[in-house]
Amino acid sequence: MKNTPFSIIIYTFLIIFGLIMIIPFLWMINTALKDQVEINDGNIGFNWKNKFTYIEEDGKKLGIGRALEVGDSVLVSTYTIDGQLILHPKNIHTEIAYDLDYKYRTDNGTIENRTKRVVLSDEAKLQYIMVHKDDIVEGSYIKPYFDNFAKAWNKVPFALYFKNTIFVALMTLIGVLFTSSLAAYAFARMNFYGKDFLFYLLISMMMVPQPIYLIPSYIVLSQFGLVDTYFALIVPWVANIFTIFLFRQQFKTIPQELFDAAAIDGCSMFGTLWRIVLPLSRPVIATASIFSVIGSWNSFMWPLIMTDSKDLRVLQVGISYFSQDSGTETALLMAASTFSILPLVFLFFLAQKQIIASTAKSGLK
Amino acid sequence: MKKNKLSPYLYILPAMIIIIAFRFVPIVLSFIISFFDWKLTGVDKFVGLANYAKLFTDQEFIQSMINTVWFVILVVPATIIFSLLFAVLLNNIKWLRGFFRTAYFLPYVTSMVAVSIVWKIIFQQRSGLLNYFLEGIGLEPLGWLNEPTGIFTMLFNNFGITLPDWMGGPSLALFSIMIVTVWKSIGYNTIIYLAGLQNIAKEYYEASAIDGASKRKQFFGITLPLISPTTYYVLMMTTIVTFQSFSQIYLMTGNPAGGPQGTTSLIVYYIYEAGFINLDFSYANAIALVLFVVILLLTLIQKRLEKHVTYE
Repeated sequence: MKNTPFSIIIYTFLIIFGLIMIIPFLWMINTALKDQVEINDGNIGFNWKNKFTYIEEDGKKLGIGRALEVGDSVLVSTYTIDGQLILHPKNIHTEIAYDLDYKYRTDNGTIENRTKRVVLSDEAKLQYIMVHKDDIVEGSYIKPYFDNFAKAWNKVPFALYFKNTIFVALMTLIGVLFTSSLAAYAFARMNFYGKDFLFYLLISMMMVPQPIYLIPSYIVLSQFGLVDTYFALIVPWVANIFTIFLFRQQFKTIPQELFDAAAIDGCSMFGTLWRIVLPLSRPVIATASIFSVIGSWNSFMWPLIMTDSKDLRVLQVGISYFSQDSGTETALLMAASTFSILPLVFLFFLAQKQIIASTAKSGLK
Repeated sequence: MKKNKLSPYLYILPAMIIIIAFRFVPIVLSFIISFFDWKLTGVDKFVGLANYAKLFTDQEFIQSMINTVWFVILVVPATIIFSLLFAVLLNNIKWLRGFFRTAYFLPYVTSMVAVSIVWKIIFQQRSGLLNYFLEGIGLEPLGWLNEPTGIFTMLFNNFGITLPDWMGGPSLALFSIMIVTVWKSIGYNTIIYLAGLQNIAKEYYEASAIDGASKRKQFFGITLPLISPTTYYVLMMTTIVTFQSFSQIYLMTGNPAGGPQGTTSLIVYYIYEAGFINLDFSYANAIALVLFVVILLLTLIQKRLEKHVTYE
């Protein structure tokens, strides 16, 4: 691998593929920061251009909104770059007037051109100024349009969706850690009748795809009136066969001497689990927790089917409805997508080593 | 450990209650339901194999099945080839390896829902990134998710050849969804392959280098056979997951989902449609069981393949 031409080819490939992998994310963020008006005008490129028609006054650019054109003059209102209206109090002492040409239909049906002098009221003078049309510049300015995030956040109750998702993910996590550590402890360290049978039953059930038990689960839950409750979102997922399997493997690696020592010290079975086994298994617990949270956060089909009321919507379901309702508001959709994935991306960067290492391990026999 | 014969059962009890109630019972129930005409209101009558018989005449089911087969046949190998390629490339570099690994892995941690929403916009006909790019390099823009024409038909049309309908292949719309699905699963499998590659002892390469083997020979003679356990794992897992694709279809294909002309309706989406839109639970369940049998058979076939896998 020391020869340079070969390395250059490898890096070229990797960079191209790397770009393909991350461009959708960059484009998502880019679109989230664009002005929807620009997008509708066909500007979808990687820029944060905002259309800006302005005049210069004392070296400052003032955005304008055209009100009326009279000959070479244009009556305009002025704005700051943030869209705040600029008032012109000094206009009060000057007269702003223009001659308005209009067609007048006389009583006998003929049409004649007339001119009328229009004088701006004090109130209008505060808002409008008269400029020469050549002074108006059609330009643009570059500024990320952060408003999209706030707009998307407020358009549908995303705060509620986040709250629901976090609640479901946390409750599921607590449940999974509780049931798995107990069950794995029994499978790893105790002998009981039917142990092997039960264990293989679990493993074989792990292979059953979700669509098989989806409909019967729905029927069972609805018989007990539990559809559309937090119960339906959480409880079916508080036992995770894969986590039991993972914990069992870990618990088996703990040397027998530690258990013997604990037994001599009078430590109960549960005490041994709590004081010795679990503290020694922290890395595995962390891994299982991370994957449990990722699983809950991203799960879609189950909550889509099991809940109906808006109050119970989790993030994925909420954002999917948002996408159906506001399909044309690309910028808002991308802003919503961005904040929906942000927590997990953050978690990923925080625990990158652990996530990648345990993914890598899953493929090794 | 000998104190109490009951205590092991107490330890497994919480997990077992949940698994029996929400996995075991539903799985058994799903068999039973498929033989009944089951309404949510509880009025049910035994119909024998009627739900299964219906499958043979249901054009929508047959089309979903064909779509799904195309989907799996193209997505799984593409995922394997790209993941292995990336892993081999990454394994050959030191500088920036971590950076690329992160970039490739990122799609895996993001939800299919968000990914689908973003890609749907990328595929947009008028203001999508892909057509913007195609026009930029002087090519015709494509219909992507709105295009029901088969990809083989489109490909051969470029050469002036008109293919018969049955050779048209999956629609461009379905192909677009395949792109997203492969894109999302590459990173995860690259990491698995990378671990597999690093598990191959360096001595093999050193010895073959002394014998004058080229890089290409090394890849086909050493890497490919020795990585086959990983390939076997990736093949199994990707097949099972790909068969169950749902969110992409639900979110990316347009109103009603599964279009245009039903060319993107995959089997799990069709189960959802039959069960929760048409409210025919028994029929939806029968389809789910057919899916289960298909996956089971494929797993068994792949298990036989395992004999050809080289373990070091």
